[in-house]
Order: sequence, then structure tokens, then C-alpha cells
Amino acid sequence: MTTEGRPNGNGGAGKPLHNPLGLLAELTHRCPLGCPYCSNPLEMDKRQSELDTATWARVFREAAGLGVLQVHLSGGEPASRRDLAGIMAAAREAGLYTNLITSGVGITDNRLNELADAGLDHVQISIQDSEQESADRIAGYEGAYVRKRALAAAVVALKLPLTVNIVIHRANIGRIDELVAMALDMGASRVEIAHVQYYGWALKNRASLMPTREQVVQAVGRIEPLRKQHRGRIVIDAVVPDYYARFPKPCVGGWGRRSLNVTPAGRVLPCHAAELIPGLEFWSVKSHSLREIWEQNPAFNAFRGTDFLPEPCRSCERREVDFGGCRCQAFALTGDARATDPVCHLSPHHHVVEEQAANRGDAGYIYRRL
Amino acid sequence: MNPPAAAPSILPDARPRLPRGVRLVHNEAQGGWVLLAPERVFKADPIAAEVVKRCTGEASFEAIVDDLAKTFGAPRERVAADVATLLQGLADKRLLEL
Repeated sequence: MTTEGRPNGNGGAGKPLHNPLGLLAELTHRCPLGCPYCSNPLEMDKRQSELDTATWARVFREAAGLGVLQVHLSGGEPASRRDLAGIMAAAREAGLYTNLITSGVGITDNRLNELADAGLDHVQISIQDSEQESADRIAGYEGAYVRKRALAAAVVALKLPLTVNIVIHRANIGRIDELVAMALDMGASRVEIAHVQYYGWALKNRASLMPTREQVVQAVGRIEPLRKQHRGRIVIDAVVPDYYARFPKPCVGGWGRRSLNVTPAGRVLPCHAAELIPGLEFWSVKSHSLREIWEQNPAFNAFRGTDFLPEPCRSCERREVDFGGCRCQAFALTGDARATDPVCHLSPHHHVVEEQAANRGDAGYIYRRL
Repeated sequence: MNPPAAAPSILPDARPRLPRGVRLVHNEAQGGWVLLAPERVFKADPIAAEVVKRCTGEASFEAIVDDLAKTFGAPRERVAADVATLLQGLADKRLLEL
């Protein structure tokens, strides 16, 4: 029971495909916040290009048919869409578990009740810091902290499970204990301590966000003691700061292996950052079924399995553990999407990561704006 | 009844239940029973699924153990220890209310 769901087998060439478990549905790129580490691409989809309710409903049915169990309704701020409750209901009707990933700004109590009635299973609220002023400054939105806490209280009052997501970077990395205490105080059953991953807007703001190695070591060292201290009260999930890691993360559990992402305009991606890799043509749900895309889109097959990997991955015993790391990061930092993720200390390009980790500055945030 | 020292102790009259936001479902494409929870998916082997199905908030721990011992013809003491370990593990992950 404790094994986290991972379909059996291995998606290498000629081997049976995995069924995806999760669908990230980016309903819109509109968002009231301006977080400088936003994972949305720099080129965002405009409102006019967003998929309509009926198309999302079809996508959810097709996803369930592919074996998808959970949908993450995200954005942007998903509540920027007036038809969010209808979209939510369609996801539940398709049999999916619904996670609402929200900034916490712009959902009234009435709206929350409407979503709960539509079948909302779980709410994740991002919060930028445990100190109000700092939190609002990072979000680029005055009053965000107070509104987020109010929504959290409303979620807990409905007895819906709450996750608090905190993205960690130089401005808040010294407060891991306080951040977990805040999540407990908000009534969360789960907290994500998620060190910034440098894609999209975060890559643009890397020098302003990057912590020092000492800060990272200190912060990472707090996780296990906090887990022990709060066992049974709150689950602490940690996303590692990969610029200071020895080995890369198995990004999205492997390319085209466990999850897929649909953009507001309907393009289907193996992960939210995939469009930064040139030369890949991503098909749209407007012209193909999700199954066709999962099984046949050459972009999904481009980095499936491990056969494409060069050395040092090819002969590495970890190649089925991390699949050579993240393709988007390999491209962003080496110019070659097939390369070993340079986060790996065995990568011939690892010095690039070390140089960029040392390249810290206080130029101020470039806020994410549509 | 004294469970073996290694098993966590659960009160005989505890009535375990899945909290809102945790669901046990059967899914063909994923090859069996899965427990769906906030942004997590746990595969449930058939035995674990039989245990979790009984966690309705109505049956007591004692009654669940009796039922399982009878259904599977297994020694009650061992069933009690195994079920306690499973349920406590789920509770620690906030997947079950005891």
C-alpha cells in the first residue's frame, strides 16, 4: 500500500507504454499575482485562445480513458475562469480526482462552496512567506497574504484537505521552521517545501532567487527533524534545490511516462516547460485525441525511456532512476536537450550549474505579467 | 488481546475512516485498487484494499479484525497486528482517521 503509484515496466523503445497517472490542466495563464519564479512560459496563452468548457470535459474523459487518476486544475489562477465549477464538475464526472491549485486570491466563500458542490477533492494554496510583508512583496500583490489565509480557513471549515505550497528561495529560505508552523496553523494536512526550479520566469530571475550553498544545506537539514516532530499531523513533501544536488531529479517521473500537461490553448506537453525545447512539435487537443498524442506525437516519443541518452548516463546504474534528469534543464543549460542534465555531478557540463549557482545578484525581481 | 510489541496499538473501539479527499477506487488501466489522496496515488494490493474497504467510520477496529480473520481464515492475533501496522501507517500519512 505504501508504494507510490508507478506503473510497471519501462517505456523504452519497443516496450509497452506506461499509462499516465496525472494531468496538469492549465486552464488559463491569467493570474492576479506576479511571482518572479512562476513556472508559466514567458510567452503565455491569451484569453481568447483558451479552451472552452466542453473541450476540457472531453479532454478529461479522454484522460480517464488513458488511465489518468488525478487532474491538477491549475494556471495561472484557475479561478480567473468563470466556468471553473463547470470544469471541475466535468473532471469529477469523468471519474478523476480533482486538485485545485490556486493562488488563493479571487475565490469568495460562495465560489468555494460552489466548487465543493461540484466535486472538489483537494485544495492547494500557494503562500509566499510566513511574514506578511515579505509574502506580499514576493507575490507582487498587496493583501495577498491575508486573502490566502482567509481562503485556507474557509477550505478547512468545509473539511476539505488543504495543501500549502511554499516555493523556497533566497528571501524565505531561512524560515523553514516558521513556514511549516504557518502551514500547521492554517490547518493544512500537507505542506510542500518546494525549492525553486529554474524554468520560465524563475530562470529569468535566477540571480535574485538563488540561495547560497550554506542556506540550502541548513534548509534541507530541517526537513527530517520537522517530519519527525509533526508525524501524523502534517505531511511534509520536499522538492530539492537541484542546482546544489549531486544527482538530477527524475523530471515529471520521466518524459512521457507518468504525466501530461495541457496548456490553456490546448497544446499537450510532457511537462509544463517542454515548449522551451526547439524542434519539437506539440499537438493540440483541438486536432487529436489525448490517446493519439500520448501514443503517437513524435514530441512525446523524443525522450521516452533511456535509449537516447549519451554517456555518462548510458552506462550509469541510475539511468532507470532519474532518466538522465530533466530535458528542459539539459537544453536550457547546455543547448542540447539530449545531454545529461548538468545538475548531475558526472555531467561534463556540471561547471555551468556551479557557475550559475554562484551568480547571485540583487537586481530586483522581474515580476511575471501576462 | 496484546498485539506483538512491534505493532502499533489501536484502540479496539476506534472507528477508522477515510477523511474527505481520500478515496479507494478500482482502475483497470492502472491494474487494480488505488488509494487517491491529495496529489498522491498509492497502489493498494488486494489485502490492503480489503482492509481499507472496511474503514467506513462505522465498523470498529475490533470488528474489522474479526471480519478479516474470519473472511481469510487467518489467526486473529496476526491479522490484528498486520491491520494495526497498515492503519497506523496510513494515519501517519494523513490518509486515514483513527
